[in-house]
Amino acid sequence: MIALLLAQTIAITGGTVYPVSGPKLAAATVLIRDGRIVAVATNVPIPADATRIDAAGKWITPGLIDGAGQLGLVEINAVPGTRDASVQGDTIAAAFNVAEGINPASTLIPVTRIEGITTALAVPTGNLVSGQAVLIDLDGATIDQMLVKSPAGIVADLSESAKDDAGGSRAAVADRLRRVFRDALEYERRKTDFSRAQMQPLAASARDLEALLPLLHGRVPLIAYANRRSDIATALRLAKEFNVQLILAGAAEGWEIAAEIAAARVPVLVEPLNNIPSYDALGIRYENAAVLAKAGVKVALLEPDTHKSRNLRQQAGNAVSYGMTWDQALRAVTLSPAEIFGVADRYGSLEPGKVANVVVWSGDPFEFTTGVEHVLIRGKEIPLKSRQTELFERYKKLPPSY
Amino acid sequence: MRPLLSLLLAVTGACASAGGSARSSQAPAPAAPAATAAATTPERESAARPQYPSTYARHPNPPVLIRNATIMTATGHEIPNGSILLKDGRIVAVGAKVEAPADAVVVDGTGKYVTPGLIDDHSHLGVYAAPGTDAESDGNEATNPVTAEVWAEHSFWPQDPQIPLAIAGGITTIQALPGSANLIGGRSAILKLIPARTVQEMKFPGAHYGLKMACGENPKRVYGRKGGPATRMGNMAGYRAAFILAEGYRRRWDAWNKDHKGDPPERNLRLESLAEVLRGNMYVQNHCYRADEMAQMLDLAHEFGFKIRSFHHAVESYKIADLLAKEGTSVSVWADWWGFKEEAMDGIQQNAALNQQAGGRPLIHSDDPGGIQRLNQEAAKAMYAGQRSGIPITRDQALRWITVNPAWTIGLDSVVGTLEPGKMADVVVWSSDPFSVYSKAIQVYNDGWLVYDRNDPAHQPRTDFELGQVPAPGSDR
Repeated sequence: MIALLLAQTIAITGGTVYPVSGPKLAAATVLIRDGRIVAVATNVPIPADATRIDAAGKWITPGLIDGAGQLGLVEINAVPGTRDASVQGDTIAAAFNVAEGINPASTLIPVTRIEGITTALAVPTGNLVSGQAVLIDLDGATIDQMLVKSPAGIVADLSESAKDDAGGSRAAVADRLRRVFRDALEYERRKTDFSRAQMQPLAASARDLEALLPLLHGRVPLIAYANRRSDIATALRLAKEFNVQLILAGAAEGWEIAAEIAAARVPVLVEPLNNIPSYDALGIRYENAAVLAKAGVKVALLEPDTHKSRNLRQQAGNAVSYGMTWDQALRAVTLSPAEIFGVADRYGSLEPGKVANVVVWSGDPFEFTTGVEHVLIRGKEIPLKSRQTELFERYKKLPPSY
Repeated sequence: MRPLLSLLLAVTGACASAGGSARSSQAPAPAAPAATAAATTPERESAARPQYPSTYARHPNPPVLIRNATIMTATGHEIPNGSILLKDGRIVAVGAKVEAPADAVVVDGTGKYVTPGLIDDHSHLGVYAAPGTDAESDGNEATNPVTAEVWAEHSFWPQDPQIPLAIAGGITTIQALPGSANLIGGRSAILKLIPARTVQEMKFPGAHYGLKMACGENPKRVYGRKGGPATRMGNMAGYRAAFILAEGYRRRWDAWNKDHKGDPPERNLRLESLAEVLRGNMYVQNHCYRADEMAQMLDLAHEFGFKIRSFHHAVESYKIADLLAKEGTSVSVWADWWGFKEEAMDGIQQNAALNQQAGGRPLIHSDDPGGIQRLNQEAAKAMYAGQRSGIPITRDQALRWITVNPAWTIGLDSVVGTLEPGKMADVVVWSSDPFSVYSKAIQVYNDGWLVYDRNDPAHQPRTDFELGQVPAPGSDR
């Protein structure tokens, strides 16, 4: 409501608009009213009451979406009191939704959004089933104001790091997940027996099994972290067995089975700048995103390090260096993640009716020369300030004045 | 050509690696306190014998002329449509027009950019090698807060598969450092980044060892419950106690070295390293985040009469950029890392630029096997962040952040770090402007040796580790 009351009409004029949903438009206008985009075209009548942003010579794109990280869920990695992304004591933490752990006042949010990232997935970590990820806009005084979609997916870990939670073998990880999924369906069929204590012990708590039902009925996707080719294949197999809507994440060796992933119509969340071999992914390489995209896989690009979320555009630029087309890369940080997280009706492109998350750049958003000139989130212009800009202002001339 | 060649010979005389064809005979950096004793005493004592010498030898190569490229010299200017000639491991000529010897390999640099080989003065390649299991965790001798006696080269694994990745990013020299668990973590290794069977073959001839020291959170976290230090004041007391012992050790050895009368003092490897710092032969490379702690460390250095060569990480160096410039201590920083721990909370993107503005000597380091592959990109981010904030950083200054400034920090700025006649032929050819996100190193020459060529699998070195388990670039498996 507050957003609506403060809403206004904004016309971003004269720039080159990259709507993502269609070809770029030179000298075009993006007209925004009440937090939504109402027009994107070259001949848009501009209402008299509109606030104008002159974007001549600038590039205009949708706000970037980072489908990874823990924005709002971590302030300082080394300070446990500021971390809220992981729950202990429950290896199947399907009912753990991170939303209420989000701190809208986190200093990371302004640091990130003033560099053109307007939306991010807040991802639970740890355990075999980590919990429920939520999609947030990087503006809002309350969690409710920030939430875009909750849950956006339930996160499971099929990478090497999950083995210990399943007894020490990859095979046990898959077996455990199968038992959990079967028990969730069994629990659903026999809730009465369960309440009368007439069921064998279940593979997870009733509330975690209950939380998995939307996933098992195809209403919430499974976000499965897997890196080794065989683990990716396991995730595909599990998804097929249980008819689960799957999103692969990490997928370091995904390029090796790109055709299978494409055939299964499973989208992939990839960090482009990741090529350090480990026993979990000896085949890891920079070309992963490009090979997957070329095979027809829907790819979203990630910057998984929360404090570096602003480097999503550097990730995208490097994805181009290693084989993606520029258009593919832009889509992979805007419309593709919106589609993957099921919010493409509202997010990811510059089209009438969509939420007005818009960035005005001085040039190519992936280039280092480029600065952010304007950021709008839900139609509201965001001041380009953060704790870091305040520190700079204080110390740009020495000695500082306190 | 002739005048340039004579200049080359004059310049090389300044570096320890001057000389004929092979340089296998080069001495390591002066290491032991007995370095002077070695010449005059019989080699009965260990201190008088060779101390882990470099066996580096230049790979033989034909001369190479790269022509019609933008030459970024790191000496203050760029040469459009310029040429550079490499011969016998040296840069022979740089200019608008350079003639090639008949036997030169000619590289068409049209549209390409040429820079000095990049130098990372803060790497853990080889000591924290991939694939990253406990078996390769050799960077922190976290058994005592002061382990000046350990040498990173004795942990370094030349088959670390991260090495060819860094080479492909245009890196030609690294300082491989011990980790930061300890107050004094040990000696660094200054290495040519080349394929090699042994670390001795990689040791940069004539380099100054660094001594890794660490401030702040890490030592007190690691030792807080293992006997201390548990506080920052405990950290300071720990450094001071160590250097007080080193003063006496240095005095005893220096006195004995004068006349060699009587038995030599007993060797102590820990104090030997610290005494070398007191003598100015070994450079202090100090992991330190907070501005107030850096100021404390400068006082420590004044107390014991040594210089801190560089503050590493130094996320708050912009707060005392004037002080650091006055001290002549370089700052080895990231472009934009921050927030992973409390002492990193105040990191800002203008850090390098503000230090430059204050007249200091900033440089961009990686501390990371990913970041070392794109130091050019990190320098670009830091340069443009400065420019956008009104700090007029030049392209040449930003290039110096990843070439001659780190070379200075490891004492090799007269040998590498710029494209000038006489310098070692460490040269990178880039596909486009290296400050663009789309630019890639396409050729890397290390001492004239084409160690990497993006377009030629014959020049894409692979480690033993990769064979049969890491698919080769461009291949399936």
